[in-house]
Amino acid sequence: MLNNDKLVIGGHEFNSRFILGSGKYSMKLIEAAIKDAGAEIITLAVRRANTKEHENILDYIPEGVTLLPNTSGARNAEEAVRIARLARELGCGNFVKVEIMRDTKYLLPDNQEIIKATEILANEGFVVMPYMYPDLNAARDMVNAGAAAIMPLASPIGSNKGLATREFIQILIDEIDLPIIVDAGIGRPSQACEAMEMGAAAIMANTALATAGNLPLMASAFRQAIEAGRKAYLSGLGRVLTRGASASDPLTGFLRD
Amino acid sequence: MENQFFVDSEYLSPAALEKKHRLETDPSSRKNHMEYLPGMEIIESDVCRQVLSQMDSFDYSNYTARDVRAALDHETCSVEDFKALLSPAAEPFLEEMAQKARMETSKHFGNTVYLFTPLYIANYCENYCVYCGFNCYNHINRMKLNMEQIEHEMKVIADSGMEEILILTGESRAQSDVQYIGEACKLARKYFRMVGLEIYPVNTDEYQYLHECGADYVTVFQETYDADKYETLHLFGHKRVWPYRFDAQERALRGGMRGVAFSALLGLSDFRKDALASALHVYYLQRKYPHAEMSLSCPRLRPIINNDKINPLDVGEKQLCQILCAYRIFLPFVGITVSSRESAEFRNGIVKIAATKVSAGVSTGIGDHESKYTGKEDDAVKGDEQFEIDDNRSFETMYKDMSGEGLQPVLNDYVYV
Repeated sequence: MLNNDKLVIGGHEFNSRFILGSGKYSMKLIEAAIKDAGAEIITLAVRRANTKEHENILDYIPEGVTLLPNTSGARNAEEAVRIARLARELGCGNFVKVEIMRDTKYLLPDNQEIIKATEILANEGFVVMPYMYPDLNAARDMVNAGAAAIMPLASPIGSNKGLATREFIQILIDEIDLPIIVDAGIGRPSQACEAMEMGAAAIMANTALATAGNLPLMASAFRQAIEAGRKAYLSGLGRVLTRGASASDPLTGFLRD
Repeated sequence: MENQFFVDSEYLSPAALEKKHRLETDPSSRKNHMEYLPGMEIIESDVCRQVLSQMDSFDYSNYTARDVRAALDHETCSVEDFKALLSPAAEPFLEEMAQKARMETSKHFGNTVYLFTPLYIANYCENYCVYCGFNCYNHINRMKLNMEQIEHEMKVIADSGMEEILILTGESRAQSDVQYIGEACKLARKYFRMVGLEIYPVNTDEYQYLHECGADYVTVFQETYDADKYETLHLFGHKRVWPYRFDAQERALRGGMRGVAFSALLGLSDFRKDALASALHVYYLQRKYPHAEMSLSCPRLRPIINNDKINPLDVGEKQLCQILCAYRIFLPFVGITVSSRESAEFRNGIVKIAATKVSAGVSTGIGDHESKYTGKEDDAVKGDEQFEIDDNRSFETMYKDMSGEGLQPVLNDYVYV
């Protein structure tokens, strides 16, 4: 069953459901992190990659790994679109994670502007993965705008606080027919596992690894937790864990026809 | 205290000396420091009132170990908690504050440290600020680089690997007008990814012009938030107008700049009150302009040419560390810059706790990057320095040292859009 279990984003298939961040730790650790995480997708900030020769993050990312450039630093749709185009010019491929923040304190995403940018970039042929505050109406607008996946935040970025928005992410998982990738705020492998049990398609983490004492070891712990959560989801959780009660004796057993 | 700052140059004319002495000794000879000069834009803002009311009522002797304990235990740091962390009662908790600060820094910035370098393009100044090497009564070699010289300096710096530059001038509109600075910004955009400015405060439309020329970050140090003390240190010139300086960051943001930086020059006045006011200046402006990037610096007084007696007074390294930890715990998201005024040892330590940005390959003089970077001596005239630096490390050495401390040096984290 797991052999055929692929993550499909914009027609591209992936075996791994762990998307790795890259911006908060030493470039020299990137290769080891990718290997131990088993990751096939790594994000990078275009503003960080847009550097001169001295030490470019792009040189540390092994071939075959899909780059997911993000538009961090953008304050509105127009800026996000310009940064995404720059990513393409830099040779980062067609994937883009749209991030738009009008707040430097909490770095909360601006859903309205993200919907606008999603539409423009999808029309230009990008595989658009919008980072968002988990709101069903906004997610539907992003689907209609051409998003390839939806990336709701679990809690404020960098907070390592886990699934603070659990109920709202569950609604997205239940109602949206695109992969729901839980992004931001996942601090522990157990939280990643829980999100996967809920039916999330993948997990994205950065700070949780960057702040760990042993980064590659933590990458491997996340990998296993994500795989465990996925298996639990696919197997169908035992009845004590599923949402809603399931009585052992049917309440309608008295009906005769 | 002020007397340590007064130095008479033998090159001053008797008339100039007389004026200088009068400014120093007779307060009535000085202009009202709270009154705007012609041409200075006045904006409607309540930020200053908010900052000053907090600062004026701050009695740090009232805080106890219990308040500090509570502040450290709280998940988010309130203004009251921050005041406790700045108080003398927090001194015994320094290690614990550092541990908490380190955690906050790593949550927001991971294991990264940003590198940049300043470029002074002119040192003419029309102000008499008694502690500053550029002050108009200090006898130093004055210089203003022309565009060709600026470009040469920029090439030398860019060749070293640096991608972020901070352009500085002395505060003279006559010698270094806004257009001159704008032209320098246009040149800088050719060689650097990120261009910041640390120049005299200007009006909103001038910030807008400088932004269009390529600058996107404005640093203005308030020096001290105690306006009465400020009056006794900034005796002459447009810099004397305290409120115009206070509102500079707000005008810069209205002019379209992406970010702004703040600081008091620690040691000029009561450093705990100045630290409180600096951080609250950030705090209240951030609430008003939530999209803006903000950062704090923490300069201490340094010796200048013709006066080696100037020192950081009561702000020792422990006090500085306490302030920086308190800044980080109160404002986890802001950048904190520690300049080459501090020693290599201090900077190596503080980047692992609270600082996110350090300068390297620094000269505070004019037109001397090539000789400083390559050792190549030439006969070109050079302008003297604003203050003596402590940490002389080159870009390469700093890059290596920061990597050695387990940090990833970041040269650019920015796209001009």
